[in-house]
Amino acid sequence: MTRAARLLGMGWLFHVKMLTRSSFNGVLGIVYPLFFATVAFFMYRAGNADALFYASLGASVMGVWAATSTAAGAALQRERWHGTLELLVAAPANFALVLLPVTIAMATIGLYSMASTLLWGRILFGIHVHVEHWLLFCLSVPATVVAIGMLGFLLAVSFVRYRTAWALGNLLEYPVWLICGFLVPLTLFPAWVRPISWALAPTWGMQAIRESAQGGTPIPDLLVCIGLGLLYTAIGVAVVDRFLRAARARAVLSLT
Amino acid sequence: MSAIEARDLVRTYKTSTGIFRRRAVEVQAVRGVSFEVADGELFGLLGPNGAGKTTTIKMLITLLIPTSGSANVLGYDVVRDAREVRKRIGYVFGGDRGLYERLSALDNLRYFAELYAVPPADQRRRIAELLELVGLAGREKERVEGYSRGMRQRLHIARGLLHDPPVVFLDEPTIGVDPVGARELRRTIASLTEAGKTVLLTTHYMFEADDLCDRMAVITKGEIVAEGTPRDLKAIVADRTVIEIETFGVDDDAVERVRQASGVTSVSIEEREQAQVLHVQSPAGTELTQRLLGLLGTTRIGRVAVREPTLEDAYVALVGRDA
Repeated sequence: MTRAARLLGMGWLFHVKMLTRSSFNGVLGIVYPLFFATVAFFMYRAGNADALFYASLGASVMGVWAATSTAAGAALQRERWHGTLELLVAAPANFALVLLPVTIAMATIGLYSMASTLLWGRILFGIHVHVEHWLLFCLSVPATVVAIGMLGFLLAVSFVRYRTAWALGNLLEYPVWLICGFLVPLTLFPAWVRPISWALAPTWGMQAIRESAQGGTPIPDLLVCIGLGLLYTAIGVAVVDRFLRAARARAVLSLT
Repeated sequence: MSAIEARDLVRTYKTSTGIFRRRAVEVQAVRGVSFEVADGELFGLLGPNGAGKTTTIKMLITLLIPTSGSANVLGYDVVRDAREVRKRIGYVFGGDRGLYERLSALDNLRYFAELYAVPPADQRRRIAELLELVGLAGREKERVEGYSRGMRQRLHIARGLLHDPPVVFLDEPTIGVDPVGARELRRTIASLTEAGKTVLLTTHYMFEADDLCDRMAVITKGEIVAEGTPRDLKAIVADRTVIEIETFGVDDDAVERVRQASGVTSVSIEEREQAQVLHVQSPAGTELTQRLLGLLGTTRIGRVAVREPTLEDAYVALVGRDA
């Protein structure tokens, strides 16, 4: 247990360190928040202050999801290109414990995007986000980040198995923004979309963040968000060995 | 019990070609490879590019599942007991890949020490020992992206030895490394068997195999065509003579005429700066020199020498490769 916790912690630290050393990621970290804040402002500037507040919080979480969905696929593909994926698989450590910190590290980097989106919104467009329950807000944000990282883990397991699955990450970026209610309330979508939204932890994390900022009751949303994150992790852990075996049988761990 | 045993290993890759009409293609990379490596032995797997060396090694280190056949390392089956095998082996491959370049050597080693469950209390000492062994002490805090190829290769070896594995797989570890760096690496590899480790080394450098290996197998087109000590393999061509002809600007037609000449067993070409050196094998006692020079026509000729066959000549004869 201690060994597993240490591996998770050290792996997270290692990958956060590596992600922060990329100048390309650094530039994206500046450009993306600017883009997200601008989208939110132009979408809701004609509305009232509540709408602008709703959108600016949603835009800030978009960065966390963007960092996890697209970056998880790209990062796994990069591990494959650089030959490190084979070394991670060839290590005796449980592969789930190797992969989970990679995606949580990415979601953590997205946290920076979240903060800077709020900052850009404030500096450029004068959007002030007032938080009623700071304690619950400070609980909701990391819980959402970790749950998004866990969803990224489930995706990453498939990225290991299927060589071209990194494209799936890109494909999922925009639909998840929409159906998790980051910018548009879920009530505007057809009824058949809602069960899909409910199955996604970011939906509940987003609601928990908004509820805690507005002084509502975020605890139920927070619990569902954490529960779904744990469910994704459990599914990922359950299938990772099977997927790895299939990857070894089909020779897709390397590019050659 | 042998440290490594491979029994009739076969590995087939399935790919597809075509854009609109996809057609499945099967490529048999390894076709029934069997060999054993004794405890503490340095065993070489020699072969040209695409011969199946890396595929064989990847099956042994659990990265690929054999299509058929079986293999075990220290008594553990590479498919059924993959995790037990992984705990006991180190894997080092050649080239620039396999490292986190944006981070330092120390970061890389610490991370892999965690993955290989090196106890936290031992990590600092173990990493310091290995940095000393591979000659990177004092450079460990620099980012890997600034390292030369030789330094990266030495870092690879340090990474592969972190958990002090009894069996080490080295896949072309000196490829692309400059001669001085390669010599240092060979010294490090030799020290592994002195420390009691079993080493499986793949290479296509004959002098390297001759210098390091206790025994070796030659693999070509996915099959082992010879196995034994370097002396055993040299004996395959002991009844031959090699004529070395230094040429400048020799054309393909002239080489083909030499190849077709009666009494010529095989021809290989070695590029040496502006010169191309033809290594012509023939049965011992056959006098071919004047006839070969005549067949080369107007090609400018430099030094001509007759010598005893080497391991490389044995290799050329075995793989039937006219390179």
